[in-house]
Amino acid sequence: MRYYTDEHEWIEVEGDIATVGITEYAQGQLGDIVFVELPEVGALIEQGKDAAVVESVKAASDVYAPITGEITEVNPALEEDPALVNSAPEDGGWFFKMTIADVGELDGLMDEDGYKAFLEEL
Amino acid sequence: MSHHDTEDHLEDIPLEALPLDAWHRARGARMVPFAGYEMPIQYEGIVAEHNWTRENAGLFDVSHMGQLYISGECVEAALEAVLPIDLSTLKHGNPRYSLLLDENGGVLDDLMVTRWSEGFYLVVNGATKWDDIGHLREHLPDEITISHMDETALLALQGPKAFTVLERLVTGDTPLALLTFMKGAAFKLGGVDAWISRSGYTGEDGFEISLPYEAVAAVADLICAQPEVKPIGLGARDSLRLEAGLPLYGHDMTPETSPIEAGLIFGINKRRRTEGGFPGADRIIREINEGTARKWVGLTIDGRLPAREGAEVFVGSDQVGIVTSGGFSPTLGSPIAMAYVAREHAAVGTALEVEVRGKRLAATVTPTPFVPHRYYRGN
Repeated sequence: MRYYTDEHEWIEVEGDIATVGITEYAQGQLGDIVFVELPEVGALIEQGKDAAVVESVKAASDVYAPITGEITEVNPALEEDPALVNSAPEDGGWFFKMTIADVGELDGLMDEDGYKAFLEEL
Repeated sequence: MSHHDTEDHLEDIPLEALPLDAWHRARGARMVPFAGYEMPIQYEGIVAEHNWTRENAGLFDVSHMGQLYISGECVEAALEAVLPIDLSTLKHGNPRYSLLLDENGGVLDDLMVTRWSEGFYLVVNGATKWDDIGHLREHLPDEITISHMDETALLALQGPKAFTVLERLVTGDTPLALLTFMKGAAFKLGGVDAWISRSGYTGEDGFEISLPYEAVAAVADLICAQPEVKPIGLGARDSLRLEAGLPLYGHDMTPETSPIEAGLIFGINKRRRTEGGFPGADRIIREINEGTARKWVGLTIDGRLPAREGAEVFVGSDQVGIVTSGGFSPTLGSPIAMAYVAREHAAVGTALEVEVRGKRLAATVTPTPFVPHRYYRGN
């Protein structure tokens, strides 16, 4: 099941692990991405707090944790090829995987249709 | 996701639309607030636009900049009292770089001054133009007239194919080929009267084109109909000028910086360095003779993480400088920056560190421009 935040992150839940990235819309807004600063594996991150930083040619942007949990893995491909976030934001350009501390937090997120409707309002 | 704020916002003033506003939007531009206007930050993407300009020709709308015409009795002496320029060596039609200084020699703006038949044509920065007009009105004698050419647009066509494109489109008494770098003349461009100079802000060969508001959309269409040309936004304008090692007012120089520490001694013309007689002359002449405590230098940074404006520069635990402009160089494929650094650490090749979000990045003082200038100076 895939959820979305109003900060343009996506979160794919498989069992008790969630994979997090930014959306196609977000990468289009950021433009050419040259560096992604990822959290440390083992870090505990609270929902809504800084989890990563995306550097585009133009500016740095914060990426927030969509839920609370512990970072279990980061995408090693982004170090060599940060532009993967531009070319495959909702697939090969994922940022990190994390545990799900509180399943209830997922209820506050949007599903795909909800996010599409949200984008149309922007 | 949220952007760290890096734009020049003038928050309380309603944004105005420039004459090409609809033209930019029709070409897919993303518009952002800049210098009190809505301006195109990018069309297809900063890197693609940057590379297109380095390889072909890019059209920039810089109509937010202030264009002024200064005239009146003894205008030459009056202007020399407010600018460190030597107008006796400035020939008709040629732009020259100069600086608007406060009484302490701090930089209020940088600008281009061109001699026209009866007076002088000035191009100043957009964000500072209202303050500049106020400053000039206060410091120039009453018999000097300052005309704000506020119905005149400004375009820049930049890149190695700019000449080929423009030569195809202009007519005039002067062959375009006779305009070498920092020369200007009047032309007809698509039937429209335009003042064109061979100058720009990208490090490439190119031209700046001043023309009436009502004609600018048709001329921009004509130029962009040429296969070598694409419209280019402010994002690439910034990355191009950074690679060219060119300073941006409000970031690399401010009232708190002197032109000498910024390496802008060429903006203080030779005669004025001995004669003085311009605002801040005492300090500036002293700094020319004795040097400054810090210098504005280029930095190349290891890795891929850009160091941006405000990042602190270190030697060990000592802070020795601060980044004033920084980003990722599309041409070099690595981060570059400009920084003020204490002069004992400012020599080319000096190893320094720059701190970004608590991390120390290895940096090296590097000669500028980072990417060689390709101005056309004739054969």
